[in-house]
Amino acid sequence: MSGGQTIEVVVKAIEQVTPLIKHFQLASPRGEALPAFSGGSHVIVVMRGEARVHRNPYSLLSAPQNLDSYEIAVRRMDESRGGSHFMHDRLRVGSQLEIAHPVNLFGLDKIARKHLMIAGGIGITPFLAQLEDLHGGLVPYELHYSVRSAEHAAFLARLQAREQEHVHIYYDSENQVIDFEGLLSKQPLGTHVYVCGPAGFIGRVLDAARGCGWSPSHVHWEQFSAPPTGDVFQVQLARSMKKIVVPQDSTLLEAIEAAGVDVPYLCRGGVCGFCQSKVIECDGELLHYDHFLSDAEKAGGKTIMPCVSRARANHLVLDL
Amino acid sequence: MSVVFKPDETFRGEFTYSNSVAAIRRFPLPFAEDNYMYSVNIEPHAPGPKGSVTEFAFDVDEHYVAECKERALVLAAEPLRYQALPHMMSSQWDCLELVMESLSHDYPQLFSLERRSNAWHWINRPLGLDQRFTFGDVASLPCEPLDYATRQAQGDFVVMDQRDGDLWAEAGMVTTQADWSMDFDLGMTFREWHGPVPLAHEMQVFDRALKFLLNLRLGAPVRRLNWTMTVHPRLDTSPENYPKWGQDRARVTAKDAGDLVHLRVELQGLWRLPRSNAIVFGIRCYLISVRELATVPKWARRVHRVLKGLHPALVDYKGLTRYRDAVVEWLAPFDDGAPTTPGAGPE
Repeated sequence: MSGGQTIEVVVKAIEQVTPLIKHFQLASPRGEALPAFSGGSHVIVVMRGEARVHRNPYSLLSAPQNLDSYEIAVRRMDESRGGSHFMHDRLRVGSQLEIAHPVNLFGLDKIARKHLMIAGGIGITPFLAQLEDLHGGLVPYELHYSVRSAEHAAFLARLQAREQEHVHIYYDSENQVIDFEGLLSKQPLGTHVYVCGPAGFIGRVLDAARGCGWSPSHVHWEQFSAPPTGDVFQVQLARSMKKIVVPQDSTLLEAIEAAGVDVPYLCRGGVCGFCQSKVIECDGELLHYDHFLSDAEKAGGKTIMPCVSRARANHLVLDL
Repeated sequence: MSVVFKPDETFRGEFTYSNSVAAIRRFPLPFAEDNYMYSVNIEPHAPGPKGSVTEFAFDVDEHYVAECKERALVLAAEPLRYQALPHMMSSQWDCLELVMESLSHDYPQLFSLERRSNAWHWINRPLGLDQRFTFGDVASLPCEPLDYATRQAQGDFVVMDQRDGDLWAEAGMVTTQADWSMDFDLGMTFREWHGPVPLAHEMQVFDRALKFLLNLRLGAPVRRLNWTMTVHPRLDTSPENYPKWGQDRARVTAKDAGDLVHLRVELQGLWRLPRSNAIVFGIRCYLISVRELATVPKWARRVHRVLKGLHPALVDYKGLTRYRDAVVEWLAPFDDGAPTTPGAGPE
């Protein structure tokens, strides 16, 4: 499979940690150690539903030193394309799943003088693993965690027990907001900032960093948003000689995979560039939703990231 | 395959190194065609045929003991051939694990590794080593973990940290290199490190290779072959020691080229490391004399044709300028003009 060899896991424990978030513990069915990983990594979880296969990325939040099991947290999305509902409604303790090897596209910078982490909501998950890597080390760090209310704050006890002096929590319900400009303007030289959360939240941090004159090399972000849905469109795959239809709530990549054609991927979120595919013909408009291609490449119309992008065209041919 | 080591062969002085008939047959010739140009020739480092150099993650062959001895000699004289920046410690442990797990799994009669949580017990029978240590505790080993592990492996190792959309060469054990220096390159980015390579930058080989490597996956290592030539079976052709070996290039004649000149092939493997998210770049050097090569008729024809038609910039960069013609002349009687079969294999 294109995400690399998958690992079989079994669900060992499920816990409803907030009204919207479930926490899953995944382990090898044979009790073997899982592959080691670094804080900030995600895994793609393969969910074989009746109608179709979902492949969603989830950050590993467990301690990288503990390889007896991996932990992930899944927020139930209102507008679910099916993945988060599958995780919430269909999984039981003992359910079998496949996951891809961990991939880290959001690693801590190893020569940073200080780590400044900013989490919005479910965006807390990658930081939980990173805190384990940083705990007891020599490099200073702080985490600023913005969340709806105490009831919605996942893993609060875990954070408060070990990281009291490093963690600052902001509740929307009490009108507490992170002053991004204030925070980013007073950091010592050599600080790296990391942000994970909803798109708007990340955007505000990136704007503030730009406004304060931060070098892009010191600003890191990760966003796991559901790929956009859109109108049905048709695609021809030139090399495999297939004609497929991309449904409203499927991505182009999912539709290609459902037709039995393998495309290499890593993030499934339009960031890493791995699934980039060549557009041979397009008589309409490519709807680019990725963060990988340059504006010029997007305008050029010669290439597309099928994990998130779509098209509005009658005749689209890809070199796949 | 049970390996019979040749512990007393040398890569300096009398140069007693040679390849057995079996070692010649499994030599990784890098030429699949009768001509050569750069390409991004990267493929998955999947297990190759039984007995081949790619059967396992790290190939242990008849030269293992002698190569480890040679490495120890180089390090004793020049300790800076091994270097690691402070932030590379977690990648050092990753490398040690990769080397020890691979060797003990693939060659259980030669190496053994027992792990009880962080209490590890390593046995290296060919080198007569028995070491108990605590994984993660540098003080429990005689030297740093990357140093310890790669003193017991053939080939060079460079560890690259990944940050800011680039790969930085920030740790390494480099004693069997084709004229480049870890001491000089330490801390360089991927493109800086490859700066001296001609043509490839214009061909965007490094841009594409970097883009590919930044997304290298855990559990999905890749490999490629590279090559040059060296006078004498000298593993350590370092810039630091250029005065010792550079002059050899001027001594080659069409009469002795077959014995003096060696094809030097690097089997390069790249692995994503789990805890550090760094990448280790293994550069395993295989040496074969032109005379040994010519015992395989197809290879004699092919190498003759490749060298004859090699791009002048590559002849210069690979340092062949002074003796390429001598080797071509030595090989000419072996090339009757008959077509060669496709692929790099001996038949």
